[in-house]
Amino acid sequence: MPNKANLLIVDDELIVRDSLSKWFHEEGYDVAVAEGAQDALQKMAQRQFDLALVDIKMPGTDGVELQRRMHEIDPDLLVIMMTGYASVETAVAALKNGAYDYVSKPFDPEEMAHTVRNALSHRQAQRENTQLRQTLAAVGGPRELTGQSPEMMRVLEAVQTVAPTEATVLIAGESGTGKELCARAIHAASNRRFNPMVVIHCGALTETLLESELFGHEKGAFTGAQYRKKGSFEMAQGGTIFLDEIGDISLKTQTDLLRVLQEHEITRVGSTQPIHVDFRCIAATNKDLGSLIQEGKFRPDLYYRLNVFQIRLPPLRERKSDIPLLVDVFVRRFSASMNKRITRVSPEAMEQLVAYPWPGNVRELENAVERAMVVAQEPELREQDFSLKLAAPAEASRTLEDAERAHILSVLDECDGNQTRAAAVLDIDRVTLHNKLKKYGWKKVTAEVT
Amino acid sequence: MLAGLCGGLGAVFGSRCQVLRTEPLPPRAFHAGRQQYSSTEILAGLAARVIPDSSRLVAVTSSDLFVPVLTFVFGEAQLEGRCAVVSTCRLRQEFYGLPADAKLESARLLKETVHELGHTFHLAHCENYECVMAPSHAVEWIDLKSSTFCEACRPRVPS
Repeated sequence: MPNKANLLIVDDELIVRDSLSKWFHEEGYDVAVAEGAQDALQKMAQRQFDLALVDIKMPGTDGVELQRRMHEIDPDLLVIMMTGYASVETAVAALKNGAYDYVSKPFDPEEMAHTVRNALSHRQAQRENTQLRQTLAAVGGPRELTGQSPEMMRVLEAVQTVAPTEATVLIAGESGTGKELCARAIHAASNRRFNPMVVIHCGALTETLLESELFGHEKGAFTGAQYRKKGSFEMAQGGTIFLDEIGDISLKTQTDLLRVLQEHEITRVGSTQPIHVDFRCIAATNKDLGSLIQEGKFRPDLYYRLNVFQIRLPPLRERKSDIPLLVDVFVRRFSASMNKRITRVSPEAMEQLVAYPWPGNVRELENAVERAMVVAQEPELREQDFSLKLAAPAEASRTLEDAERAHILSVLDECDGNQTRAAAVLDIDRVTLHNKLKKYGWKKVTAEVT
Repeated sequence: MLAGLCGGLGAVFGSRCQVLRTEPLPPRAFHAGRQQYSSTEILAGLAARVIPDSSRLVAVTSSDLFVPVLTFVFGEAQLEGRCAVVSTCRLRQEFYGLPADAKLESARLLKETVHELGHTFHLAHCENYECVMAPSHAVEWIDLKSSTFCEACRPRVPS
């Protein structure tokens, strides 16, 4: 029984408000009452309701209009219209405007209890459905951390150790090492696994957007805020929030975030009402947060709050013994999705894959296998199906920057200099690619090649 | 029937129960249009009549009861108060066109009275369908449950 739901009763008659609120209170619901539209909208600004019972005939703003305004603020709110004058016309008008149901006063107690219970079950099912769809879309199939090397065994062990606790986790690792998969593995093995895991890529959002994304906003909080929007912390209620690229957030957002982590309370943009939120935080970074602290770009107190338990994901070049296993996983996955019967990888091709330094880590390996699968002849992936530039940088220089430069230029070369295609292959946005090419003096390199 | 109810309440709550003299319902509680009595109005008049040294006062009537938004109620209690009112009108088999069954009616009256008194002890409805605090919006629901509190509700009732 979905009791302890929050109900709002809106009726201009005191006796109706009193008797209904008492009756629902006995049923175990949390009940608030409002004597009219203005009062109801104020109550909605203060707290969130699951269901509203709204009288159709009220002086001033009637129930049908109030329902429209309520849905502007909270599109998910269930509204059951009540009237003392049952008529098909008003019922149709109410239902057309998005009411869940329509009841005539006086109510049969059993019917009323049944209607409210059904409405709340419907809402619960809708929420679960949305969360499941989001999870499925985010996961895109069964992916998990893969590896049997001692380095990865240590990571998997750490995941199992920390998952059942409520500890905040900081995952450090280069791009493409599987930080999000690691966060998902922690969530999946935690007691919060049946609740949502919400992922925020902090680096992809501007400061204002990030704030609204994290904390939500009220209707009219800024231009374009046409509806009340729940933030990620509220969406993650009972579950986990994963903040990727945490090193990219501004000092202002860091301050807000610190407060949320300490108090477990958020305030939507445009509101002053704090909302309690129950979540577990996992953050990830590919940057050295210690250096950022030294440079004054990252708050040390936030760092300590996030770094309760740290998991370092090793780059692929440090766990080369996992490459055959990973290749096998990717080949099976792409065989299924591309409907191609590739069953093995030639020893020469595998040797080449193990020798390559993989500056883009597992993500780059996955992309390389996918590309090779497109051109490969069944049933084997061969050396020539991969276009890896093994002459690459590893021996000449061991710095990450050189490796990145070489990889980017190599991909760009494969894409015939087409930056849009290269950015897609590299899984970075075009502006980032452009900036990196500018930094590496790409034009000069092109001139040398041509 | 009231003597039986008294015994049943004594057993459930572990306290002494006494039947007071019969009194008419307050005329202002009658709604001519609905031909029913307002349970809220009856309750309003009961609070001042709780006799000294007694914990609770329950009014039992054979008249049909209502609250304004509902077609009927089996009874009503003062939440966090000391009084309750219960009607036998819809507990009788005859109300549903069935042969009289005094034993069944007595059992229903005890359950409904314990239920309303439970509300005076801050208890809300219970999800355990066998608990006396389970919601009973139709008479069949009353028959399903027992006259006692479940393990979760019992500790919240002073003995």
